[in-house]
Amino acid sequence: MSVLESKIPEGPLKDKWTKHKNDINLVNPANKRNIDVIVIGTGLAGGSAAATLAELGYNVKTFCYQDSPRRAHSIAAQGGINASKNYQGDGDSDYRLFYDTVKGGDYRSREANVYRLAEVSGNIIDQCVAQGVPFAREYGGLLDNRSFGGVLVSRTFYAKGQTGQQLLLGAYSAMNRQINRGKIQSFNRHEMMDLVLVDGKARGIIARNMVTGEIERHSAHAVVLASGGYGNVFFLSTNAMGSNVMAAWRAHRRGAYFANPCYTQIHPTCIPVSGEHQSKLTLMSESLRNDGRIWVPKKKEDAIAIREGKKKPTELSEEERDYYLERRYPAFGNLVPRDVASRAAKERCDAGFGVNKTGEAVFLDFASAIKRYGKEAAFSSGNKNASEAEIIKLGKEVVEAKYGNLFQMYQKIVDQNPYETPMMIYPAVHYTMGGLWVDYNLQTTIPGCYAAGEANFSDHGANRLGASALMQGLADGYFVLPYTIGDYLSKDIRTGKIPTDSPEFDAAEKDVKDKISKLMNASGKHSVDYYHKKLGKIMWNKCGMARNAQGLQEALDEIKELREDFWANVKVPGAAEGKNAELEKAGRVADFLELGELFAKDALHRNESCGGHFREEYQTEEGEALRDDENFKYVAAWEYKGNPRDAQLHKEELDFKNIELKTRSYK
Amino acid sequence: MGGLIKSSVAKKFAMALSGLFLVLFLAQHFTINFTSVIAPDTFNELSHFMGTNFLVQAVLQPVLIFGVCFHFIMGFVLEIHNRKARAISYVKYNGSANSSWMSRNMIYSGAVILAFLALHFYDFWVPELVHKYVQSHPEDPTRYYEETIAKFESPVRTGLYVISFIFLMLHLLHGFASSFQSVGWNNKYSKGIQGFTKAFAIIIPLGFIFIAVFHYINNL
Amino acid sequence: MKLTLKIWRQENANAKGKMVTYPIDGVEGDMSFLEMLDVLNEDLINKGEEPVEFDHDCREGICGACSLQINGEPHGPDKLVTTCQLHMRSFKDGDTIVIEPFRAKAFPVVKDLIVDRGAFDRIQQAGGYVSVNTSGNTIDANSIPVNKHDADDSFAAATCIGCGACVAACKNASAMLFTSAKVSQYALLPQGQVEATERVQNMVRQMDLEGFGNCSNTGACEIECPKGISLENIARMNREYMSATSKG
Repeated sequence: MSVLESKIPEGPLKDKWTKHKNDINLVNPANKRNIDVIVIGTGLAGGSAAATLAELGYNVKTFCYQDSPRRAHSIAAQGGINASKNYQGDGDSDYRLFYDTVKGGDYRSREANVYRLAEVSGNIIDQCVAQGVPFAREYGGLLDNRSFGGVLVSRTFYAKGQTGQQLLLGAYSAMNRQINRGKIQSFNRHEMMDLVLVDGKARGIIARNMVTGEIERHSAHAVVLASGGYGNVFFLSTNAMGSNVMAAWRAHRRGAYFANPCYTQIHPTCIPVSGEHQSKLTLMSESLRNDGRIWVPKKKEDAIAIREGKKKPTELSEEERDYYLERRYPAFGNLVPRDVASRAAKERCDAGFGVNKTGEAVFLDFASAIKRYGKEAAFSSGNKNASEAEIIKLGKEVVEAKYGNLFQMYQKIVDQNPYETPMMIYPAVHYTMGGLWVDYNLQTTIPGCYAAGEANFSDHGANRLGASALMQGLADGYFVLPYTIGDYLSKDIRTGKIPTDSPEFDAAEKDVKDKISKLMNASGKHSVDYYHKKLGKIMWNKCGMARNAQGLQEALDEIKELREDFWANVKVPGAAEGKNAELEKAGRVADFLELGELFAKDALHRNESCGGHFREEYQTEEGEALRDDENFKYVAAWEYKGNPRDAQLHKEELDFKNIELKTRSYK
Repeated sequence: MGGLIKSSVAKKFAMALSGLFLVLFLAQHFTINFTSVIAPDTFNELSHFMGTNFLVQAVLQPVLIFGVCFHFIMGFVLEIHNRKARAISYVKYNGSANSSWMSRNMIYSGAVILAFLALHFYDFWVPELVHKYVQSHPEDPTRYYEETIAKFESPVRTGLYVISFIFLMLHLLHGFASSFQSVGWNNKYSKGIQGFTKAFAIIIPLGFIFIAVFHYINNL
Repeated sequence: MKLTLKIWRQENANAKGKMVTYPIDGVEGDMSFLEMLDVLNEDLINKGEEPVEFDHDCREGICGACSLQINGEPHGPDKLVTTCQLHMRSFKDGDTIVIEPFRAKAFPVVKDLIVDRGAFDRIQQAGGYVSVNTSGNTIDANSIPVNKHDADDSFAAATCIGCGACVAACKNASAMLFTSAKVSQYALLPQGQVEATERVQNMVRQMDLEGFGNCSNTGACEIECPKGISLENIARMNREYMSATSKG
């Protein structure tokens, strides 16, 4: 087993990044004009990286499968973005954000990366405000904050329930400025099909123009993968329908190690599955847990009565309700981290207390928040003895101002009014902490191939805290990658343009074309979705919120079988030349069918529970995750060896010098 | 004329300004006409003043003619451009779900008003020009009232006038309020303005109808 | 629920398209409109026909990818929702649903129900940004206080998802609401003032170049906008534009 070189700079934690920036090589502005960089994905990480690289002077080409860079799935992030600004004066600091993130990640992330993230977090807010991102403000005109799960301070900046949208549009606007300057060429409706290596270095990509079906070659001196996560391996997730692992997986096949694939975040507050035809799941922002109280009935009879529609949740008295998060975790209550909240919901539902038809839902109740806010509002408006009805009316107004769009969305989907009856929620796949292994410079194990944002593995360990994904995407894109990539590119100033007619490009293009024709010419028994749904079921049942060795072993075999069936029998109608949604899906599902197996293998090998990875064999008597720091305090980076199950494990030992490893407790 | 003002926003602005100007003219025209119902002598005096005053004839009248022409020509120019902006039309277009009939059919109400203007000019302006500049008559400041009410002997003409005023009402119901939006006036006072424009759009054409019908009945 | 769908089919940008009728059965009220189309497509694939192509991605009403003119209205009969959030409970058994692409000269059809909305990107590229470097050497966020009402109005304008419903709804296929939303977002913030004059002129120029129609204030865009972007933005853009023009 080789030792992965993480290239963490020497020196005290808080000086590492500054020192590193001072030490690395720079490229002079005149030379930057001769260097090309490809960026895959235009979400927060890709968009911000592309804009910054172009601004520095590099020639940037961006690729996204959507019809516009503005539609990348970062746009769907609702709640907010963390930053250690300490504007609230509640004792926040870079160290505390660093500490919370490492602890929240169940001590499976790299200290130096996380500290750097905390360090640049404040700068992100400055940057975004300067760009004209309309964050929520207080009446004094200053920025407002709210609190999120797993922390004891208010450090989350937000723009109602559309923070991701506003930040992404900010990055998109920065991109637009560079497109207008001619420094970015934006290729929309283009999918990266393969990474091209020349002399062991990433030197370009093969892309498919999704409108014409043309297979194109694009060369560059470096390739940045900011293609997001792989949650769609579960078929049903909160990811966009098109979110896929293709770019990362093709890089993995070409030699980039894939780290911790089994670390998946199951988000506790999603709208429950309603039927067989469901195509995706909708998240209800974690910010709702600021004010909503989660409960199920204390008595099973009540749960059954509610399921059958014989009782209404509002008919149950306080004594008949089990606010299980408040009961189990009095210190953090409803604001425990996501993995903890999700497992607790599953535990209650598995025990038979679920409250919707399928028995897979719990209540998220705003009644007490409405009353509390109503009282405050009545009091501050001078109405010292308001009636119950007045209080509730005022309270609803406050709640509407805070979460109006989320409540409206819920009502549209579920057809119930969440102001009157508690919401029903259930955990759903949301984010993947695992991803391409990168060193401190965000470079993968392929020289010249970088990974940023959700596509890499680096900052969130085994569980991500709320409002940290946006922070990481923008930190990587605006402030980290543009510096670190310069160090690598400084050696390329004399290389000149990379030709696209080399044998390496020929070979890669042929691979891609062969693969497409194989998909087009399979026997045609079942649709792509048929396979994707089957894969999703295996993943959810055996690699989901709780896993065990037997199930994972079964998953390994079932996925392999399904993959073989897929390649033999998938049906892709239409032609490869031209727009073909089924062909696009087929290519993505083909990769999920490989990733799924590696996922199961990783989960099976990790004989401990940590963060989002919960192995039933490894839990405390109270059902909490039982970590094994002695044997598993490492990053598992897998090297591709043909079959996913044959992947070779490389370990990066995690060294905790600035933080004491403890059992995570939110009690 | 569309070529003179290049940008869509400027065209819209100009359209609104010319429209507002025509609304002012309409108010003035109505006021004078209304005196024909209550005080024929006043009507004669005002008409004579308007017909002979140098400022009105040499300055205001050309401005008015320009305003009318501009508004109409620009209206058609914009309509042609707008139709081009959707080369293939919808098989099903449910416009009533999101907009008023008036707002979607300004070109038709406008075309009816244009046709009416032709009739109106033929009825009043052309004879007036002939009277003033072709034939030579001694100045007669009392002729206007009689000449006016004589036109409303015909039930067909009266009917055409009434129909035209209804289209004028439809045109104003959207156009008057819309011009404030076009010049960028949309704020907390807009609701009040909306109410005023709607009232104006209904009352003025109704008033014109009343005048026409009044004279028609008096002629019976 | 049994429905009759009449859908625009067009092989590619250059092909001639036509309406094709498809009966569909077993539609449930809990399905979203796009999930209903998924069912149709699965059926078409199994029958060996080509599925209907439509744009969609996040399916939670925020990415702006989904479009569709449904029974003559963009995003269908419900207000303040995108097609992906429109549920079949808004229809009843036996209904005929006409589904067309968003129509505008500036939005050419790519295939079936997919149109190219690149014109929107180009309008943004013409000036929809604040020209600050992303280097991070900016001043502290709280050193730029913003009046809460302005910040809220700016945010409301910024929630535009760029779906194109405004253009599709407008009888003139005008893009004023879209363009004005971006102009307004910056016009309301101190950060946007420096470039205000050039921004509005450049964005309007690009909008006109793309071949969108003119605004005749029918208000259809505001009603059909899934995010409820207000007509006030268009008035604001008109003001900004005229004052920019007067400054030269």
